[in-house]
Amino acid sequence: MNIDPLEGTAPADLDGGDDKIRCDACPIRCFIRPGRTGSCDRYGNVGGTLTRMDPVTVLQRHQEAGLPVVPFATVAEEWSGDLVRRGDVFITGTGAGTTYPDYKPAPFIVSHPVDGIDMVTVVTEGIFSYCGVKVKIDTDRHIGAERALVQAEGETIGHVTTAEYGSQMLSLGGVHHFTGSGRPAGLATMRALLGLCAGESVEMTVEDGSDLVLQAGAAPVINGVVDDRMRVGCGSAAIGMFADQWAPYVDEVVVVDDHITGVLTEHQAGVVLGIEPSGIKLRGRKSTPGRYFEIAAPGGGWGGTDLDDPLEIVKGYKPKIAKPGQTLLMVSTTGSDYAYFVLDEDLRPQPAELPAALRGSVERVRDNCEPTLTSVLFMAGAGGSLRAGVTSNPVGLTRSVRAEETLVTCGGAPTFVWPGGGITFMVDVTRTPRNSFGHVPTPALVAPLEFTMPAKTYLELGGHAESIVPLSEALDEASLEVVSSDQRNPWPYGPPSAPRV
Amino acid sequence: MHLQHGPIDLLIECDGDPDSRAAAHRAAVECFDGLLEELVEELAVLRMPLDPGAPPAVTGRVARRMVDAAMHHCGDAMVTPMSAVAGAVADEVASAMSEAARLDRWMVNNGGDIAFGLSAAQRYRVGMVVDPRRGSIESSVGLDANSGVRGIATSGRHGRSFSLGIADAVTVFAPSAAGADVAATMIANRVDVGPHPEIERRPARELDPDSDLGDTPVTLEVGMLTMDEVRHALHHGLDYADHCVDRGLISGAVLHLAGLAVATASGLLAGFEADAMAGVRAVALS
Repeated sequence: MNIDPLEGTAPADLDGGDDKIRCDACPIRCFIRPGRTGSCDRYGNVGGTLTRMDPVTVLQRHQEAGLPVVPFATVAEEWSGDLVRRGDVFITGTGAGTTYPDYKPAPFIVSHPVDGIDMVTVVTEGIFSYCGVKVKIDTDRHIGAERALVQAEGETIGHVTTAEYGSQMLSLGGVHHFTGSGRPAGLATMRALLGLCAGESVEMTVEDGSDLVLQAGAAPVINGVVDDRMRVGCGSAAIGMFADQWAPYVDEVVVVDDHITGVLTEHQAGVVLGIEPSGIKLRGRKSTPGRYFEIAAPGGGWGGTDLDDPLEIVKGYKPKIAKPGQTLLMVSTTGSDYAYFVLDEDLRPQPAELPAALRGSVERVRDNCEPTLTSVLFMAGAGGSLRAGVTSNPVGLTRSVRAEETLVTCGGAPTFVWPGGGITFMVDVTRTPRNSFGHVPTPALVAPLEFTMPAKTYLELGGHAESIVPLSEALDEASLEVVSSDQRNPWPYGPPSAPRV
Repeated sequence: MHLQHGPIDLLIECDGDPDSRAAAHRAAVECFDGLLEELVEELAVLRMPLDPGAPPAVTGRVARRMVDAAMHHCGDAMVTPMSAVAGAVADEVASAMSEAARLDRWMVNNGGDIAFGLSAAQRYRVGMVVDPRRGSIESSVGLDANSGVRGIATSGRHGRSFSLGIADAVTVFAPSAAGADVAATMIANRVDVGPHPEIERRPARELDPDSDLGDTPVTLEVGMLTMDEVRHALHHGLDYADHCVDRGLISGAVLHLAGLAVATASGLLAGFEADAMAGVRAVALS
């Protein structure tokens, strides 16, 4: 036997080249090989990702059935499990199945005591033609005009919608693309949405715009380039943040940005510091002093403009103010692009090497940029017959959700429910369990849906009382999958009642 | 009460008057706080094989229990204090509870390794499950305060730790949970028939880079064995179990493999063997 027990505790991977990951969930900090779990059996290496497994499901199953939790325990009568936290099991709609229209009660109507109150969770899967995804792409790059069509597999699946802070927005799917534009478009839409919801990367193209590769939770790839940083702010904001770091070392700074380009010596931040005017003249439309709109067209160049050469926006210098030898720093709002110039005898900027004192400030712009993400919210409406699977008086469910008596979760993940008619909700797809989303040939998407409410409420709104089964029975009937519940999600049954250390 | 931190998962149960129970629960929580951190500090030492002549100087409450329990076996085979970790944690929390309050009976179940205590006239009836995935109680044992048993542990290839052997379950009754834990591991390791085409093994380090077992092959799957092979493996383990009873390290052990069970002949389980054998022989050899 060749035993070197210390090797495994070394911080570095001494074997090298394999896919083990280090868990940071507890002080033991296990190394976990692919497909295995750590010493707690709660965290595992699933395809290189640290994933919370849920062995508690099985643990609770034994308890609920009155059998020992582990190989040894007292017999059922002597085991008063009242102090054991029983809230650890929650059946999600993933894999629950359903019928459409919902002519019979939902697949699982489960009762479960929480803090002495009987709660009922109605578990189902919804089949949604009225659904889509809202995609937020953190980027300064211009990906296409507002209202431009977005295509996948050559079919239109949605469009570019109004931009938000530091990001471009897409609205994809929706009933017109699923079922209203012919079968090829419907299928392409379904495949793209299914991929996005499953956390896979999906290729699409914006009409007269960029080629995109998007994946929920990952940086967007725009025209083949990973855009991994958001801008630090607009050009004006960047001047405000860094004016005092630039002032001692350079005569003028232009922060190039598609939205607002900032000019240090004209900007209020430069004036306050007492910086002399440089005499620079920029293209574009001056807003307030030191802030310029529309200096160039949007594009894939400097600061989300179409500029490859930043000097294109410098019209010249005023001879009465500018002096030969004056210096100029031009930098994009992500710090990705920068250039340094010195004015020659004719007051024309000539490229020069960036002084060391300024290099740090350019890096600081870059370091202050947040990592970019593609975020995908699935949005769907459960207004129709799905409610009949929950209650014999469907509008009662809608009202109860509206009154916030009934909690709506999607695969156990929290949802935002829109005001107004129907039960129209949004959920962050990265917080739902893997493989939560499916499809039917219609085409339409299938998503898990759970309604949790006090038993009293359920009966009052005309719930299918005869179909309620205790959690233990539901668990016995269902073939259980290992569920990795996302730690960011609040527990659907509320906070734990037993101490956890 | 359920306490969990990392791999430690305690189900705690006690009987007594309400004030005593509350005090015992408080003591358990207090004892549990920081226990894993303390253990991790000495983890590197606790993962090293013990040298019969030189027990390592560890200072942690649980670490000392682990070393004490494992030292008894280090003359017989390679053993690390980690073999006793689950039982030692249970012992530590159980002793904190019994010091804090007067209880009728109490138990700390750490993933199947149980420390418990009983006052006079109290009993625990202990059910045995061979395969936790199947979950049925295969046999049971009654224990009272006079039995001398304060710890129960099970080891085998269905449990959370690796086993070198092929036992489905080896259950040990001992004066402490740490003692039961390490003995169950050592006995289960010996339930074996050696290299066999139906038995799949892999180096422990390939499965768990941190394993204290290093490159030692551990059992993954056991296929079809003949009845003779099963008996041979069980009796190989039973020899060591009897040796542990003779040395006073344990009170008794039950060994399960492929539907057969054997128990140590003397002491606690003297009358148990017949029952167990009759009870589980009906389970077909699969």
